[in-house]
Amino acid sequence: MTHLMQVDQPGMFSLVQDLGRYGWQRFGVPANGAMDERAHRIANALVGNDDDAATLECTLTGPTLRFTRNTLIALSGADMAVTADGKRVPLNRAVMLRRGAVLAFSECRQGTRTYLAVRGGIDTELVMGSRSTFVRGAYGGVEGRALKRGDRVPLVTPQEDPLPLERMLVQSGLPFVEAGVVELPASASEPAPLRFMRGPQWRKFSMAARRAFTREAFVISTQSDRMGYRLDGPELDLKQPLEMISEACEFGTVQVPPSGSPIVLMADRQSAGGYPKIAYVISTDLPLLAQARPGDSLHFTPVTLRQAELAHAQAEQAFARFRQQAADAALSRPLTPAPAATQAVDDASFAALPE
Amino acid sequence: MATATLVPHLTWRIEPVGDRCLIIRLGDRVDIDVSQTVHAVAAQLMHKALPGVIDVVPAFTTVAVHYRAAARPVTSGSGHVSGHVSGHISGHASGHASAYISPYKQLKRDIDALLSAGVPALPPSTRVVDIPACYGGEFGPDLEDVATQCGLSADEVIRRHSQSPLILYTFFFAPGNPFAGPVDPSLQVPRRRTPRTRVPAGSVAIANGISSIYQNDSPGGWNIIARTPWNLFDARQNPPTRLQLGDQLRFVPISRERFAELLEARS
Repeated sequence: MTHLMQVDQPGMFSLVQDLGRYGWQRFGVPANGAMDERAHRIANALVGNDDDAATLECTLTGPTLRFTRNTLIALSGADMAVTADGKRVPLNRAVMLRRGAVLAFSECRQGTRTYLAVRGGIDTELVMGSRSTFVRGAYGGVEGRALKRGDRVPLVTPQEDPLPLERMLVQSGLPFVEAGVVELPASASEPAPLRFMRGPQWRKFSMAARRAFTREAFVISTQSDRMGYRLDGPELDLKQPLEMISEACEFGTVQVPPSGSPIVLMADRQSAGGYPKIAYVISTDLPLLAQARPGDSLHFTPVTLRQAELAHAQAEQAFARFRQQAADAALSRPLTPAPAATQAVDDASFAALPE
Repeated sequence: MATATLVPHLTWRIEPVGDRCLIIRLGDRVDIDVSQTVHAVAAQLMHKALPGVIDVVPAFTTVAVHYRAAARPVTSGSGHVSGHVSGHISGHASGHASAYISPYKQLKRDIDALLSAGVPALPPSTRVVDIPACYGGEFGPDLEDVATQCGLSADEVIRRHSQSPLILYTFFFAPGNPFAGPVDPSLQVPRRRTPRTRVPAGSVAIANGISSIYQNDSPGGWNIIARTPWNLFDARQNPPTRLQLGDQLRFVPISRERFAELLEARS
């Protein structure tokens, strides 16, 4: 039988996302993908998936879901006070969820986006090599749209023997059982300013604009979405008007249209654009931005390319260690000892996971 | 390679676009020659598939290269290396206690070497695509205004927009959204001062010497002179675009009746 996720309540805006649709931007196809790549990857690692497995990105108000089989899941990102049959499910920890248990997301207490990973991944159709939903293009994910009530979302059916955790679940009578705790990889800590590299038109902006960008607060406007965050704050003016030829945009590019209010381009950005670019938010700090919401205030601080690259490399090293431990916790070392024979099988399947 | 015709007078400049993308600048004006160079460089980069590169994106005068830095590891002071070090990273960056090899600089060096070796020129595309377009009225609400700005009659604007083929330079803004030129110089108009909040899909528009076709209903500031009944994008085809980079596009004026006959569904 196909393994399904039944949608009882869709939440405000719940989208299937993976790491994005790369390789097609030359046709004008946006990359899309998870807004908070870090939380998406953490959730996947906790259930033993590759980074690129599709997760459910839930924004502000999450869904209510049931699964047709016992399912290893993990939640990461914003805290939406998720329960299974009324019992609180921890964030950042793999749990084996009982078939039919009601997984209910509540109000979002902190952050904006929660990622739900299921072992094996969400199995909606690949469109141009990716399962990411692009709502404006109406493709990817579930019919190119956010979830709606009654959707039955296909999941990858595990081909393996039951995990030790699942045997524990069967014996427990609980709605879910938890895998061991894994320490999260370090991340940029919150009220820290967002680090940026200077953009190609940095020097074309007035001294006042450059100073304001590095010293003053910007507030995320309500006119913000997966394509871009509009920022209210000091107007950033050019020394003189600039005619630009459209060129590449990237996740984190800060462009400034003639209004003087900057826009940070996010996951659904277009592949090229023609406004002056004052800055690029470094990739390591994009997850902070993805968890910010309208009304939040932001500060920016300049770094060099070298600093950006080192921050990225350090985060990747920390993540590689985390992935190793997470897979151990979920698959190989349950809270109670598993029979030796099954242990060996799990070790073998674990060894096949990329680091 | 020895017998291939190379792109003549190839000059370039490479800059970072954040820490996961770089841009190769190949010219400073929008024209057919620069566009052919851009397409040739993009084709060569896709053909060579350098390590870590996940997307190669040609625009009017630039090629963007998106990459995964993790595929090009940074060495830290302790000598600990994340991932494997590929053979071309030589040891002579050392001499300092902390050997640091920037993923950006590694990729830039590879691209510099690749471009220095010469880039095969692409044969100019001979494909001419006749795109049906119904001009004026509700399908082209800015036609009269463009005519006034250019001191021409509406019929003359239609004639000049449709008589000579435009080269398809690049896609962006929306999936399959083409940008082509050069538009007849007598039709030089800027973008509208106030953008529309909704431009219908299929709208044919001009601004600043370039013509485009809106693929989705969306806001837009270009001058809309016509609408095509064609759908130019299908996510389930490979390639997903009906038009291809370098194509010669020729707009063919059609009647409202013909528009209705040819109207294609959008997914």
